[in-house]
Amino acid sequence: MLLILLGVLVLHLIILILLIVSTAASAWSVGGERTTDLWYNCMTNNGGYHCKPASNEDWIQAVQALMILSVLFCFFSLIAFVYQLFRLVKGGRFFFTAIFQILASVFVMCGAIIYTVMSPDDWRVEFGYAYILAWVAFPLSLISGLIYIVLRKKE
Amino acid sequence: MLTVLALMSVALLGIVPEQTEAIVIYTGWERHALVGSDIRLACSFFSWRWTSEDVTFSWTYRPDGSRDSISIFHYTGGAAYVDNKGPFMDRLEFVGNPSRRDGSILIKNLEFSDNGTFTCDAKNPPDIVGRPSSVRLLVFEKVPIQAGVITGAIIGVVLGLLILIVAIYYLMRFLVARRVFSINVSKHGKKKKEGSQQKQLWTPPPVTLYPLP
Repeated sequence: MLLILLGVLVLHLIILILLIVSTAASAWSVGGERTTDLWYNCMTNNGGYHCKPASNEDWIQAVQALMILSVLFCFFSLIAFVYQLFRLVKGGRFFFTAIFQILASVFVMCGAIIYTVMSPDDWRVEFGYAYILAWVAFPLSLISGLIYIVLRKKE
Repeated sequence: MLTVLALMSVALLGIVPEQTEAIVIYTGWERHALVGSDIRLACSFFSWRWTSEDVTFSWTYRPDGSRDSISIFHYTGGAAYVDNKGPFMDRLEFVGNPSRRDGSILIKNLEFSDNGTFTCDAKNPPDIVGRPSSVRLLVFEKVPIQAGVITGAIIGVVLGLLILIVAIYYLMRFLVARRVFSINVSKHGKKKKEGSQQKQLWTPPPVTLYPLP
């Protein structure tokens, strides 16, 4: 059914876009006029908008790596989906697609958890939209991976 | 290196025609080190004259934020005199080779109070006119990890594992197909060569959801 195919594909693309935005935007923590992490710490002064690179601490680098890996794996899963769509034997399962998608969701989960635990406690600082997008992308990608496990090519 | 030296000397000659000889002293610009480690501060010079027996090396130290310099090392008459009263007592050692124009010193067991500027002055009689050269020492508690090292390492390891697993998977399938191993291939195998020739018209390939067993 064309609708299911389209729905699954649209979901996958939405997840990919969410992951890319969450990884690329440096807005994991916001507070006052500062937005920090994952890549730049930017501040709006009276003088203007100043950015300096984010700190080199180990946990920030780990979160960067995990977010990049999740984007990569989601992308690989998309390619694997398109590939298996045309090459899979009738009745076969989208194994590679599912595995990559579930790995992507695991990486996002690990990245978000590490950031939650290790980000410094400051009453003036809240979590920004990129952080929320990461947490939204995690269950979506998990569901998408499970859908791919259940999906079968029609006989 | 030699051409640079020659050019520098020619430039000096051009600027100061009266004094045809001047000694040029080289040290580093800045040195970084960890607390507790040892560091070798290098100093060498270039002189048009042969290295005489009366060559002298002097090192002075000026702590960060202070305007006073204190002399910590002197080599003259073939003997080296190290600091025996000041901040580098028992921590300074001469590791240079004056006959090779090297007046380097070794500071052991660095402390945070060693941050500062070290100035080397060398004299090669009769060539005594020259500018002392300074090197700045920065002592760190721990060498900061550069940005991106851990990131790149994690990404590299995971992608490497992925490629390895995929390669092993295809290798096993290849070996099974060649009947080198006899493993029961499951019926949910991926590509069969016969199943892929069915693309006459492009219709969207049918997929459907089966309920979980």
